[in-house]
This record gives sequence, structure tokens and C-alpha cells, in this order.
Amino acid sequence: MSGLDINGLSMRFDLPNGSSVQALKDVSISLKPGELMSVLGPSGCGKTTLLNIVAGFLAPTEGKIELNGHLVTGPDAERGMVFQKGALFEWMSVRENVDFGPRMKGMPKAERDKIADHLLEVVGLQDFKEKAVYELSGGMQQRVALARCLANEPDIILMDEPLGALDALTREKMQGLVLKLWKETGKTIILITHSVEEALLLGERLLVMAPRPGRIHKEYRLPFAERGVNADLRDVKKSEGFAETRDEILSMIWEMEEEIMGRTEEVA
Amino acid sequence: MTVLLFYLALFIGAFVLVKVIRGGMTSQKDFTSLKTVTFGDESAVRPDRAASIISVVVIFVIWGAFTGSKLIPIHVPAPFTGETQFTYTVEAEDGQRDDATIFVRVAPFGEKAEKFEVEPGEGLASNDAVAMTASRSATILFDKNDELKRKSGARVVAINGQEISADGSVDTGDGSVSLSGKGAILFTPSLGMQMNPIWLPAPEKVVERFFEIADEGYQNFTLWEHLGWSLIRVVVGFVLGSIVGIPLGYAMGLSGWFRGWFDPIVEFMRPVPPLALIPLVIIWFGIWETGKIFLLFLAALWIMTIAARAGVSGVNISKIHAAYSLGASKAQIMRHVIVPNSLPEIFTGARVAMGVCWGTVVAAELVAAQKGAGMMIIAASKFQLTDIVIMGIVLIGIIGYGIDILMRKAENWLVPWKGRS
Ligand SMILES: Nc1ncnc2c1ncn2[C@@H]1O[C@H](COP(=O)(O)OP(=O)(O)O)[C@@H](O)[C@H]1O
Ligand SMILES: [Mg+2]
Repeated sequence: MSGLDINGLSMRFDLPNGSSVQALKDVSISLKPGELMSVLGPSGCGKTTLLNIVAGFLAPTEGKIELNGHLVTGPDAERGMVFQKGALFEWMSVRENVDFGPRMKGMPKAERDKIADHLLEVVGLQDFKEKAVYELSGGMQQRVALARCLANEPDIILMDEPLGALDALTREKMQGLVLKLWKETGKTIILITHSVEEALLLGERLLVMAPRPGRIHKEYRLPFAERGVNADLRDVKKSEGFAETRDEILSMIWEMEEEIMGRTEEVA
Repeated sequence: MTVLLFYLALFIGAFVLVKVIRGGMTSQKDFTSLKTVTFGDESAVRPDRAASIISVVVIFVIWGAFTGSKLIPIHVPAPFTGETQFTYTVEAEDGQRDDATIFVRVAPFGEKAEKFEVEPGEGLASNDAVAMTASRSATILFDKNDELKRKSGARVVAINGQEISADGSVDTGDGSVSLSGKGAILFTPSLGMQMNPIWLPAPEKVVERFFEIADEGYQNFTLWEHLGWSLIRVVVGFVLGSIVGIPLGYAMGLSGWFRGWFDPIVEFMRPVPPLALIPLVIIWFGIWETGKIFLLFLAALWIMTIAARAGVSGVNISKIHAAYSLGASKAQIMRHVIVPNSLPEIFTGARVAMGVCWGTVVAAELVAAQKGAGMMIIAASKFQLTDIVIMGIVLIGIIGYGIDILMRKAENWLVPWKGRS
């Protein structure tokens, strides 16, 4: 069976003070190769935990994950990560960051250079190859992070709020870039976001999660990502069904947030 | 006290003067000069370079003024030197009185005055001649050549015609006269306000001494050997401390067993100042090189261990996760992520360690050494060669400052990403 299979995943954190947090409860998802799924939910609903388990940084308390038929037990080059920020290597140039994966595999320099040159052109950084990464703006740094991940040819790319630290204008541009990369490379992508609009734009499938315990609340299949591949994202936002879906999801998340607030007030 | 007042006056005077001079000039137009809120905005406080220059000049002016330097035109009053005289009146038990004059010749600091003779004069008391050096007092046994002796009850009742009691004193203009417990005359030439060169020599004397020692060496070694040896000890101790400390710090940052094992040792040794270990190190290793190197090794060891440990703990977990997801092995993550990521912390540690080691080596040499910067000043102090002591202190300061500047340059060059992630 190819693709990603998440089966009955639960995660409980036992805290040192004796209590425990049920971060995820019985989460099951199945992703076909090449699918783009966004994950949305109020903070603390276990999105990062889910991604960390898929990446292999955490072992779940229950359930299992299979990728292309084999069990996920730890981090591996087949599952690439893009973090919000701070994951680039400041002591390396842009090029060295991008060809890190191939370099660790022992790929010859000529080949590595070809990959890096190509990817840096794709993300629009061909003029910054030898720059230090700390000299780049936040948006450019995320472009480097995307290129670094792609250079390694992973089967699936996991992104934890990759655009969360960017300003609104840069963010819009980067959303277009993510769609373009998805279409051009055909990678399977899971993208976590805080922004409802972003979730709609960057998800063929959209997973809305609910907190305490973290679980799947609702799943959508959306046409907007496909539309966005060939059109201006602003037009997509004006296109049919976008506003309605956005409002529906927004009020759903509002309700969840209010429920959380209510519960904490009761406690207090 | 006078020195402090002097300093304060120069500080305020320079401030006012510079303000007045600058008042006429248009200040440069940069961003900070356009800020209207500067009080409390730390970034708007820039060191005033004029103040720095004046500050250094003021130190030398005061130093020169209080030591009678030839480089400085104005001085505080010097101690009395040259010739002076005063008369004393002696009275025998039976009321007989006579006057005689005491001639005094005062030589400058550090010089011996030539003995001389004077005519004894008429009468029961005879004139005396005294040769002495500035800033000392002379006890004058005036009755040695007199007929009225203290032994037979004679005593001094007046100086220059002014009555003097057993515990009083009389000012002669060039000094003061008092009586000793046994009735001898004590003459103290006026001290002025200048420093005795034994306390503080003039700046040019220190410079002269520097060239002399740079030329001839001191205590069987050239100046460069003294300084070089101190530096070599520091470098060897620091390098050994780093060779052991950095891997130890990494191990403590990466393994629970290592951290558990060495935590108590490191946490205990960290607050012990290396100086407190000097006696023990001397007992164990004697006063030779091994002991000093070991001491500096210890001084650097804990600092470097803690720096390396902090460097490992400070790595952003996202970097480690990213590296694993890019297929790096543990060894590759160590080599390409953990080590470079810890370099800024290690450099900070190295700067601190070099400073501590430099201070420790000088202190250790003060206690026991045949050569070295510290040995040079302690040996000189035993002979009251204050100019060498001050020269040594200045050189130690310059070298310490130089080490720090070099370390900072190396840091900028080797870890340019420091503080920019
Ligand atoms: N290492 C951990 N130890 C204890 N609790 C954790 C840990 N990681 C996450 N949690 C808890 O699990 C829940 C989900 O966290 P997270 O996955 O980070 O949420 P999200 O990414 O959706 O904001 C939160 O309540 C959080 O406090
Ligand atoms: Mg999160």
C-alpha cells in the first residue's frame, strides 16, 4: 500500500506532577501519494504533536504509522520537515544549507551543485547562493528551508506552520510558492497552519482538529488548491464557495475556543 | 584626598570646557543626534571620545604633578631640599641659658646629603651641622658638642626664640622641630605634597626603567622572557584546559551519565577561585612549571566545560530534528550541527578563561616563580623598586587587554553568526 497511513493514533503526555495530557486521541488519516493536506485547529489541539509523531521524533502511546507499507519508527530522509523558523544552519551558506541532505549521503559535489542550483532557482534565490543565511530576510530563509527539504527528495513533506512567522505580504507570496512546488514536484504534503485562509488555499484536503483530547473534528475536500495552481490566489479567495467555507470553519473554531475558555473559567 | 579633589576638579573642568568649545560647533547630523529622548535610551549613549582622551591625559597630568615629573609644567609643592638653619635655646638646671644654630642640608629623594662641618661658635652651646634626605626626619643630638648636657639636666626650651614644650613643635618655615622623648631635637623638613618616589615614581622614570630593562633584563632574564613565560604558561594551561574541558562539556550535554557524574564536581569547583588553589598546588607540585600549568589548566577547565555544555544545551531542537530528517547520522549531526552551533558559547567561554588565566598566572608568579611578569614585580617590590612594579603592572594590563582584543577579533572572524540566529 503506498501513501501515508495513520492508524488509531493516541498520545498521552505524563507530566512530572502526576497528571497527564491527552494530546491526541484515536486519530486516523490516510493520504495518497501527491495529496496536499492542511491541518487547522486552535492552539494546543495536538497539531505539532501529530506532525512530530509522523516525522518520527515521538513514539505514540497507541496506534501506528505506515509510509509506503513500512512502519515509521524514527526520523528518516523519506520524511522531510519544514519548521516555522530557527532550523537553518547559520554557519553554512545558502548553498551549503540546501545541499546538506545530499552531502550527508555522500553525493559527489558536481551532482549536489546541480541540485542546489536548480532548487535555488525554483525558489528564486539564485543570486544568494553564497550568502550567509542570517543575512536573508525571514521569507527568504523559509525559501531556503523549502529548497533544503526538496533537495533531499523526500516522499512526504511535513510543514509545521512554515509561514507562521512571516508578515502578511510575504506570506501571500510564499503560499503561491508552496502551491507551485507541490504541483511541480508532486510531493505528498502535510501543512499545519493557524490561518483559516491559508488552510483553505493550501489544502486539497483540510483537517480541522478539536482540542482536549486532540482529535479530528471534521474533514473537507476543497477545490481551492487546484484552482490556485493556475490562478492568482486573490482571485481564488474571491472564487465560488471560498467565503462560505471560510466563515463556516471560522465559526466552528470560534465555538471551540469559547468552549475552552468556558472550561477554564469554570476551573477558575 | 587632595588627589581625589584634584581629579574631581579636572573632571568637572574638562566637562565644562568641552561643552563650551562644542557649543559653537554644529554637531554631526546622524540618526542618534535626531533623537529627542536620550535620557534612559541606552542605545543613544555613545562614549564621548574627547572624554576618553582627556581622561587618559588627566591621569598622566595628576601622576606627573604629584611626582615632580619633568614632563609636566605644573607641580604640587615639592618637599623642602637645600640648606636651612634654626637656633635652639638650651637651659641648664641652674637656669643658665645659651643659644646655638643648627645648619641643615636636605638632599632630594633617594640621594644622600654630603656631611659638612660648621664653626662651633661661642658659649655653652655649640653650632651643629646635619645632613639628611628629604621626607625623612633627623634626630639631632645637639648636646654632643655642648657644655650643657641633657645628662646633667639641660633641656631645649626654645627654637628660633619661640618656646617649645616637650610635646609641642615649632615651624621654622622649611620644616618643623619637635623634641624626642629623651629631649633630643627632631627636625622634619616640610614634606610638600609630592609623592616619595618609593611610593610613586614619575612617569618618565617608569619609561626610563622600561627601556633599561628591555635592554638589560631583570633578575637573570630579559623583559621579553619574563612576559613570554607568563604568556606561554597561560596559553599552555588554557589549551590543556580546553582539550579536556570542551569534550567533557559536550559529553555532559549529550549523556545523562556524564552529566550526573560530573555535575557535582563541576558545580563544586566552579565557584572556587583558582587563587585559592595556589597553596595546594604548591604543596603537590612544588614551585616549578608543572604546578603553574596545572593551576591554569584548572582555571580554564571548568570555564570551558561549562561553556561547551551550554553550547550543546543551547542548540535549537528544530535544527537537530531538521538534520535527522535530512538523513544525517549521529556523528554527522555532532560534526555539522552540534559543534558549530556551540562555537559562539565556546568563544565566550574562551575569552573569560583567557582573562582568568592571565590573572591567575600573575598571582601564581607573585607567590613563587623564577621568571614571569608577576615574579618581576614581586622581586622589585622587595627592593622597593616601585618604578619596576608600576612598569610591570602597566605591561600586565596592556597584555591582558591585548589578549581580549585578539580573542574578540578571532571571534568575529570565526563565528560571524554569533547572536544572529
Ligand atoms: N513534551 C510535552 N510534554 C507535555 N505536554 C505536551 C508536550 N508537548 C505537547 N504537550 C501538550 O500537548 C498538547 C498539544 O500540543 P501541540 O501538539 O503543541 O499543540 P498545537 O501544535 O496544536 O498547538 C498541549 O496541551 C501541550 O501542552
Ligand atoms: Mg504547534
